[in-house]
Parts: sequence; C-alpha cells; structure tokens
Amino acid sequence: MAAAGEDGRYMVKTCMAEHTEHIVSPKVYASVLAALLIGTVVTVQAAKINLYQWNIVLALTIAVTKMTLVILFFMHGKYSPGRTKLIIASGFFWLAIMLSLTLADYTTRHPEPSRSQVVFPSLTIPS
Amino acid sequence: MHRTGELYGQFQTLEQQKESATLGMWVFLITEILFFGGLFMTYTINRHEFPTAFGVAGNMLSLNLGFANTIVLIVSSFTMAMSVWSAQTSRKSMVPIWLLLTLVLGSVFLCIKVVEYKQKFDHHTVPGYHFDATYCSGSNNPCALSQKEFDDERKEVQEAIAAETEYAEQQNFGNAAATGVSAFNAHAQLYFSLYFGMTGLHALHMIVGAGLLVWLIFQGFKGRFDANYNTPVENIGLYWHFVDIVWIFLFPLLYLINRHLA
Repeated sequence: MAAAGEDGRYMVKTCMAEHTEHIVSPKVYASVLAALLIGTVVTVQAAKINLYQWNIVLALTIAVTKMTLVILFFMHGKYSPGRTKLIIASGFFWLAIMLSLTLADYTTRHPEPSRSQVVFPSLTIPS
Repeated sequence: MHRTGELYGQFQTLEQQKESATLGMWVFLITEILFFGGLFMTYTINRHEFPTAFGVAGNMLSLNLGFANTIVLIVSSFTMAMSVWSAQTSRKSMVPIWLLLTLVLGSVFLCIKVVEYKQKFDHHTVPGYHFDATYCSGSNNPCALSQKEFDDERKEVQEAIAAETEYAEQQNFGNAAATGVSAFNAHAQLYFSLYFGMTGLHALHMIVGAGLLVWLIFQGFKGRFDANYNTPVENIGLYWHFVDIVWIFLFPLLYLINRHLA
C-alpha cells in the first residue's frame, strides 16, 4: 500500500478501494462448487425418468438454479453495487421480453395444425 | 481496462474506476446473453415443431462425454473464482497457478469436444451431403454401439420414421414411406445444425477465453495482480463464468431432454 504513492491522493484512494471491496471466501466458493456438481448429477439422473412434460421443466429449473448460483457467488452478483445489479436484472428482463413475444407470435399465428402432432407413442401424455 | 492500476483522470476513486470496468463487462455480457438467446429461441421453436426427430437425434449424443464436459467446466469456474480470490487477498504467486489450472481444464473441455465432433463425423450426423441419421441404426451396427444403445437407437429411429410416415399419409404427401424417412432425416439434420452451431459458438468463446487466460497467466507470473489491482482477473473471470452458464443450459437442452425414451 505504502509502495504506491507518487502522490498522496493515489494512496488514499487505494486504501478506500480495499475497504469497500467484498471478498468472497474460498469456503463459499467450495460450497457453490459442490452445489453445482450435485445439481449436474441430479439433472442427469432425473432425465432418465419419464416425467412426460415435466422433464423439460425440471431440467430448466435445475439449470436456472445453477446459473443463479454462478451469478450470485462466482460472479459476485450478490456483492455488486446496485447499478450493476440493475444492469444484470434488466438484461435478463429484456431477454424474457424477446423470448416471450417471439413465442407468443409463433404459437398463435399458425393457420395449419402444428407438426408437433407428429409424436412418439411414448411421448404421449396419459390422460 | 488499463494495465497499471493507476487512477485515470475521468474517475474520482480507484473503487469507482473498478466498478465502472466491471459494469462495462456486465453490459458486454448482456449483449452476449442476447446473442446466445437468439440461438436458444431458434432451438426452442424447432424443438416445439419437431419434437420426435429432435428427441431421437438428441439421444444420439454421448451422454458420458457431455456429462464429463459439464463437470470439467464447472470445476474450471471454481478455479477461476479462486484466482480472483488469490488476487483480492494479494496471494500473488497463487494467482497464475489457479489461472493455469483453469486453462488446463478449459483445454480438457475442448479436447473432449474434439472427440465428440469426430464421433459425429464417424456417425454421419454432421449436416451436409453425407448426413444420415439412420446410419448407426443400420444392420450390422456400423457405429459399434453397445447392444443396448444399438437396440434403443434402432427402436427410436423406427418409431420416429413411423410417426413421420403417418403424418405424410394424413397430409396426402404421396409415397408416404419415402417421405417419412426423408422428413426424419431433414428434421434430425436441423437438430444437428443447431447442435454444431450452438456448441461451436460456445467452443469459440472457450478458445477466446483460453487466449485471454494465457495473457493473464503471463501477467500473473510477473506479479501484476494483488488487492490493489485485479480488474483484468475479475473481468476475464466474469467472461469465463458466463461461458460456463451457457454450457449449463446447453447440456440439458441438447443432451438430456429425451433420455427417458431409452
């Protein structure tokens, strides 16, 4: 710290930076790693069971959970200043708008019956 | 991102300077999320439209290789996070070690990807003139699959072709049997185009990340990164984690969704 200073201003600011930065401990990183590895094993095992339309829901729920862990801890999202959090949230919000509007258009516009009627017997959901 | 850690004129404090760099990195990552988002949208719509062919084609991927790659990439995210921690706590000599580990794991990921791509060429599932999704389920087991894999794939492919043929009959396409096979191949080819497009773009990001890591490692061995100055480690770390997140979605969507059919 003391090695820095050509001028006093630089030294003072350096100290400020050190005091405000949040350092995530290796314990937290290791816990997140463990959670991510468990999530990966769970998602693979769950995929082998026939849950009909819930397979995709479960797979994406696990993926979103894993992503949230990575953003919050590995990427320090939890400890970021408010404006960085706002940027992250608005990015995903914008993506959600793009995806939902495209899907809304796509699923309602088709004049013909969708080809998705061509399905496996084993994909058919029991009534 | 400048290389000395000194305060630039437009900033009040070093803290503000670092936050601005990180904010800028996040803005860039948001554009990347939207970039990949378009591909995920394309995948979703096509999967919705051709669930049968996509399910069968997805089951032709190697689950073991995909699973191994997921583990490798997640661990590499951890080692990247540890290099950021080493820099923040001024453990200067540890920074390049963790970065080197990250680079090694990233390279292992790419090597496994090469093995997978090679397998796709051998199995005739690379989009193009030689594409034939029925190749591996042909008689004599040409892809040398295990007996169970072979039986499963054969059953799935036959079911898919039967479903496509039935659709062709309903729509009076004429020569329904031939239409069924070619329709299945066309839709499976769509799946593999998306597979190569998405994993290829992801691999390209990995290669760019590996290049950035090489630069970081050199700087790290010179002892550049400590508690006062670690913006490059932090921001390239953000990029690396982002690439990990993309794979966290690619793996279940491409490899897993229709595994229960087997």
